[in-house]
Amino acid sequence: MDYHILREFADSWVLLAMFLFFVGVVIWAFRPGSRKEHRDTADIIFRHEDKPAEKEART
Amino acid sequence: MWNYIKLAVLGIAVILFGLAANYGRDFAYQVHALIFMAAAAITFIYTLRTTGDVKPAPTGYLDGVVRAGVIATAGWGVVGFLAGTFIAFQLAFPQLNFEFLQGYGNFGRLRPLHTSAVIFAFGGNALIASSFYVVQRTSAARLWGGGLGWFVFWGYNLFIVLAATGYLMGVTQSKEYAEPEWYIDLWLTIVWVAYLLAFMGTIFKRKEKHIYVANWFYLSFIITIAMLHIVNNLAIPISFLGSRSVMVMSGVQDAMTQWWYGHNAVGFFLTAGFLGMMYYFVPKQAERPVFSYKLSIIHFWALIFLYIWAGPHHLHYTALPDWASTLGMVFSVILWMPSWGGMINGLMTLSGAWDKLRTDPVIRMMVISIGFYGMSTFEGPMMSIRAVNSLSHYTDWTIGHVHSGALGWNGMITFGALYFLVPRLWNRERLYSLGLVSWHFWLATIGIVLYAASMWVTGIMEGLMWREVDSQGFLVNAFADTVSAKHPMYVVRALGGVLYLTGSIIMCYNLVMTVRRSPVKAVEAAAVPAE
Repeated sequence: MDYHILREFADSWVLLAMFLFFVGVVIWAFRPGSRKEHRDTADIIFRHEDKPAEKEART
Repeated sequence: MWNYIKLAVLGIAVILFGLAANYGRDFAYQVHALIFMAAAAITFIYTLRTTGDVKPAPTGYLDGVVRAGVIATAGWGVVGFLAGTFIAFQLAFPQLNFEFLQGYGNFGRLRPLHTSAVIFAFGGNALIASSFYVVQRTSAARLWGGGLGWFVFWGYNLFIVLAATGYLMGVTQSKEYAEPEWYIDLWLTIVWVAYLLAFMGTIFKRKEKHIYVANWFYLSFIITIAMLHIVNNLAIPISFLGSRSVMVMSGVQDAMTQWWYGHNAVGFFLTAGFLGMMYYFVPKQAERPVFSYKLSIIHFWALIFLYIWAGPHHLHYTALPDWASTLGMVFSVILWMPSWGGMINGLMTLSGAWDKLRTDPVIRMMVISIGFYGMSTFEGPMMSIRAVNSLSHYTDWTIGHVHSGALGWNGMITFGALYFLVPRLWNRERLYSLGLVSWHFWLATIGIVLYAASMWVTGIMEGLMWREVDSQGFLVNAFADTVSAKHPMYVVRALGGVLYLTGSIIMCYNLVMTVRRSPVKAVEAAAVPAE
């Protein structure tokens, strides 16, 4: 097996797979309901500045 | 019990390193074995003295290691800038390659000392310290692994000391930004795994539902650097008692691996890691959340997918296959988009708070760093285009490009983070002097402008001189002609370095005085939560 097989695999199926993954990421970022969640996540930095959370905040 | 195991391991390590120092085949290896032995012995004594102490269960965030990292960042920064300024003067005035320092203090030995000191010692300590600070705050959890964070800090700085002393003694495998030899590489691998564990362990026990975007960037930086470091340093030591090794790959494969590593060191160490810093410190200092969280997700994944392919643009017009070189060029140009996605997100975080630029020199520092990020991520793709590269390659233009990114983006965002961190870590109300921050800002900015502008001029000039042919097809200029033509620009560049170095020394003074003189932060009087 020489490296050309790997190269052809990389520029066909792997390229397609990675491209689809990326498109999936974009669609996922814009899914309905993401706005509220993103706002909450962006505000993480303004909580717990001085000490760790005492109780589980995860849902 | 754990301490007794540690003592046994450390005791054996001291003996083994002593043996290695005794039987070592070359001087540098013996020196390094002694450094390892001293480090193991000091840790042994420290562990012995604290064994059996009853310690209260730690609470709060582990900030001691972040404080140590901040001190190391500032200190190594000055060392690295000093080395860089000195070698800039060596290039302008070769007499500074003193006869009595031949073999230790000449340009060839000091140049890797400079690059490693600024990238790995200054940048690396900044990344480790800030990532520990950020991951704890955004996970609302104490750093995982007890003292593991301290092992990462001391282990990483031991790596720096080994690398730096090695360069002066000529221990190098001659790979750009990966000069340390096999045993230093192995040590860094151990430290890096510990770093990954401490970081991921904290994310796993987080109390927030989501992983904040800065942690995504930091995590991609840690994982990718692990992968790059291992593949690029595949080597077989000639002897386990000597400092030399032979690379596993050779020829064009080795060159491609080197620049796959080299460019991703830029992409994941100097870009992804520092974007992690940007995504925490810029919103915090601006006191408003990041401009678009969606954009941060999309440009993160685009950056990750694209950067890894860009390496071949360092090898245009070489033995590398044309398709690989074209691939590298195309991906470098596409990379422009996610890079500017990050720049826009950072800058627009200030929308509605632009007035802070007038009043707060710390945010000014962060904003100019994002500006330089945008500038160098435009310049980079342009230089990766083959036709442009045929002019710019091997010239000083490349050096100017690297420094507008490193001094402008990495340096300035790190300074901003240090100004943010020191008052908080030492519980001070504010910085000692904002006026001195302004001084630092202007000295550093003018220094970078002098540096970048002189390198553009000399780079393009030398590229044009190299390719100039007369009507008969003969080259017009000898190499030495370009060297003498560049001299004035080299002096300007060195002066730019002096300004940048001066700014960093002012920063160190300001930070020390913040710890010593600034008023202690008053305890807030029984704040009642609003909810």
